Amino acid sequence: MALRKQQLLVVDPIACEAHGLCAELLPEMIVLDDWGYPIVAAGPVPPAARVHARRAVAACPTLALRLVDAPNAPPSPSRGEDTQLRHS
Amino acid sequence: MILAAVNSQDLWYTTRGSGIMALLLLTASVVLGISQIGRVSGQSMPRFVVAGLHRNVSLLAVVFLGLHIATAVADPFAPITVADSFVPFVGTYRPIWLGLGAIATDLLIALVVTSLLRYRIGFRTWRATHWASYACWPIAVWHGLGTGSDSRVGWVQLIYVVCTVAVLVALGWRLTTRWGGTDPGQRTLAAFGAAAVTIAITAWAFQGPLRPGWAKRSGTPSGLLGGTTTTTTTSPSGG
Repeated sequence: MALRKQQLLVVDPIACEAHGLCAELLPEMIVLDDWGYPIVAAGPVPPAARVHARRAVAACPTLALRLVDAPNAPPSPSRGEDTQLRHS
Repeated sequence: MILAAVNSQDLWYTTRGSGIMALLLLTASVVLGISQIGRVSGQSMPRFVVAGLHRNVSLLAVVFLGLHIATAVADPFAPITVADSFVPFVGTYRPIWLGLGAIATDLLIALVVTSLLRYRIGFRTWRATHWASYACWPIAVWHGLGTGSDSRVGWVQLIYVVCTVAVLVALGWRLTTRWGGTDPGQRTLAAFGAAAVTIAITAWAFQGPLRPGWAKRSGTPSGLLGGTTTTTTTSPSGG
């Protein structure tokens, strides 16, 4: 289990219609902006949140949320605090 | 096999009961699906609950539809085959009205399979297929009224009325909010279409299954008619 590949959560901004289910199901990694669009936390999905991330991906009504394998490089030492967010 | 052990009357009652259950669940599914499009949510009902309910209620409807079909086929009284259940208009028992049920079944299977394979087939294809739910529901209702042995029973009629009102209210709500689409022409067309279908099926019901003698006119094989007339004479008033 420890050797599981790192995964990133990405949002397709064209497909996203701001339903907001992802933020309900994965508040650990996703917050909504003022218009209801998701802001995904930077970095790979933490192991504890994997199941929830898969659920959030499966629940997206427009299939705009995806889990993708992280590039091969070992997880980048975080570029800042855990709370730092970025648009995906 | 369990089905072989129960008597034929039980099978027939199960067919009728599971048909009504499927109608209630399909109605709930349509209303929940429309609610989801309209971003309905509340403190005790977040959006993922609406979405999960829509999914699970639909799957439960498939279970009851399976029971409905299995018992109808297994019941030795009405000559309904597996083929009649999926291929429209080929049967000998009330072929037109049973055929509508076959069409609704095929549409529901398509809706469920495409939904389960959403990530494989892509959003556009899934979305295009999902419009079929607006055909599936009224066809299923039409089938129920036309084939159903209980169309003249008061409380069953009440269920039909409640289900129809629920779907029409949900549809009307969708068409009058910004989630109904951007083209006013399409909205108007959808509203007129829904009204026309409702009026047409209601008018047909008053001319057909709600009047005496429907069992014969609907295409029940004449050999079976002696047994079916007794079930319609005892219907309580109401509806």
